[in-house]
Amino acid sequence: MIVLRRRELPLLLRAIHDPPARLYLRGNGDVAMLARTAVAIVGARACSPYGAQVARMLGRDLAAAGVVIVSGLARGIDSEAHRGALETDGHTVAVLGCGIDRDYPAAHASLAQSIAERSLIVSEYEPGVEPAPWRFPARNRIIAGLCAATIVVEARERSGALITADFALEEGREVFAVPGEITSALSAGANALLRLGATPLTAAADVLESLGIESLPDDRAATDNPLLDLLPATADELARKTGLAVGEVVATLAELDVAGLVAEGDGIYRRLA
Amino acid sequence: MLARAVTFALVGLEPRRVEVEAHIQGSKTPSLTIVGLADRACQEAKQRVRSGILSAELEFPGSRITVNLAPAELKKEGSGFDLPIALALLAASHQLPRARLAEHASCGELALDGRLRRVGGVLAVGEGARRAELERIICPYEACAEAALAGVEPVGVRHLADAVAYLRGELEPPEFVVGNGKPRRRPLDLADVRGQERGRRALELAAAGRHNLLLGGPPGTGKTMLARRLPGILPPLEEEQALEVTRIHSVAGLVDPDHPLIGYAPFRAPHHSASTAAIVGGGPRLRPGEASLAHRGVLLLDELAEFQRPALEALRQPLEDGELVVARAAGSVRFPARFQLIGTMNLCPCGARGDPGAQCSCSAQRLARYRDKLSRALLDRFDLVVTVPRARALELQAGPGERSDPVRSRVVAARLRLAETLPKRTRAADELLTRAVERLPLSGRGRAKVAGVSRTIAALAASDAVLPEHVAEALAYRAPTELATP
Repeated sequence: MIVLRRRELPLLLRAIHDPPARLYLRGNGDVAMLARTAVAIVGARACSPYGAQVARMLGRDLAAAGVVIVSGLARGIDSEAHRGALETDGHTVAVLGCGIDRDYPAAHASLAQSIAERSLIVSEYEPGVEPAPWRFPARNRIIAGLCAATIVVEARERSGALITADFALEEGREVFAVPGEITSALSAGANALLRLGATPLTAAADVLESLGIESLPDDRAATDNPLLDLLPATADELARKTGLAVGEVVATLAELDVAGLVAEGDGIYRRLA
Repeated sequence: MLARAVTFALVGLEPRRVEVEAHIQGSKTPSLTIVGLADRACQEAKQRVRSGILSAELEFPGSRITVNLAPAELKKEGSGFDLPIALALLAASHQLPRARLAEHASCGELALDGRLRRVGGVLAVGEGARRAELERIICPYEACAEAALAGVEPVGVRHLADAVAYLRGELEPPEFVVGNGKPRRRPLDLADVRGQERGRRALELAAAGRHNLLLGGPPGTGKTMLARRLPGILPPLEEEQALEVTRIHSVAGLVDPDHPLIGYAPFRAPHHSASTAAIVGGGPRLRPGEASLAHRGVLLLDELAEFQRPALEALRQPLEDGELVVARAAGSVRFPARFQLIGTMNLCPCGARGDPGAQCSCSAQRLARYRDKLSRALLDRFDLVVTVPRARALELQAGPGERSDPVRSRVVAARLRLAETLPKRTRAADELLTRAVERLPLSGRGRAKVAGVSRTIAALAASDAVLPEHVAEALAYRAPTELATP
């Protein structure tokens, strides 16, 4: 375990108006990782399959471009962002609202383990401190503080993710929001941010551009499968529109899934990237 | 004076020979005592036997009567002992020939007016009689067809007086009809389901490969409707299987007297409030549970996540071994339970998830708790997992879907193919599967399930080899990540 004192904190974090007095670190990642260009991906815990897919895709694409993904190890968007980064062997930092020796939530113990194997888990609280609701907003200021930009994927109104976005705005950092359906309560928070002037995010490249990082060429197999243009849709709808048997449609979709081009959530297939 | 009748007690599904001995002693005080570990219903036989004998205008001996059910260590349950007790008693009091009674097995419950009532398990009793080389079984007339299935000659009697007349040689056993083994009611037809092509396809695959199927989706999308139509596309049972199924249903007292042989796949859909004992069997009388009643057929668990967790976990053993072992201090009982499991569930406790027209109000914890109801181990037993989306109004207007008959023909053909030779994966199909294991969260068991389902798809397509498109389609039925990862 490593402890950083205030003057050892990475520059961006030291610059916020209320930097933590200490930062406890766990994991095999290099401390210098905290000083690298980082982006926070935050959002709802009870997210939709769409939100989960977007968070994972952003985590993966940004980490692949060398950006460190910072999030809070919570259920939903947070964990998907971490997992996306781990998928491409990128780096990801989990900021906890409890001691770094506590795996919270317990369901993410194995995720925390894989993060610790190659990256870092950090907290301003001493080991042994229990998670408590009032510690999470304070934790959010560290998430925003470590990062050059904060991305809100899906958030309800009065969501913790909006607190993170507020901290980022106060410190003059970039805030991105993923546009959502205007009728969905799950998108209300992200859409409200957009109305207030946050930058709409439509692809990982938007973030990379604002950070001045050249985006990597897409190495996924280029495909002109006609089904891709009909997404999002259910398998039944695609079968009806194309006149193919539903077995053939799902077979094609599964191949695209293996290629990382589509994903299914709640019976609806969506395009990734 | 001593006389004996023979019957069989059931331990689970197994008949055990029981000698019913009646002993009459000259004594001034009339009494009737039943010994030999008889349960409550069996003890109550005293009252029924007395009234039955008097109603049959026979003489009830006014002396000290002892009835012994041997072997004494075996627990005797139920009302099926009424008839053998009455017959032994009548033989002991010289009202019918003892030697002739000893050549027959008998079972049945007596009404107070001497008529005979059906009891469960007549098939198993008949099988016991056949093994004990007794050629005839005296049973209630309604149970004749059932007893005949065991390969013994049934003597159907409607009244105690008839049984006595037959044993005295004054009456011939009446004729009876054996049913044809077809279901009484036509099974529900797939033509009723509009749209839902993917769900129909999954149902066909489940039928052809005997795969367990989990249907997810918001309420009212037709999950249950689809699941209830599975029996209609299953092939009929083979003779041996039909007897197995009938034996279980007979013990539970569920066979149709006119058509006792169950020649079709049974369908059971217990309510989600069912107790563990109701599902896996057991209870004080060691009855087969729903899982056994669904043997060689379909067990539908509607609203899977609403079932008590212990009840669900108890299903893991039969899903693995095809039988249930109910263990007791006195020994264990085996019930066959090789069923196909169909589950339906909403995607979240409020049910709105997956429905574009509704807002889900479930918190992350509530959602996690709901999904935790299904252990990974149980979820792993489902080979096919499909989300049934809400059908658009357009689909509902469309004409009826394909009927069950052609689907069943395809299923039967595919099963024949699978029984002959298992199709093998081509090199390209193997490569796709390997790529999928690397790329997707797919466990070892998940890989095996995909391999199994892809063989079924190949068989349905009448293909000799498993091609890449078959593997690809099988991949589309794996458990979604939101269920696979917490």
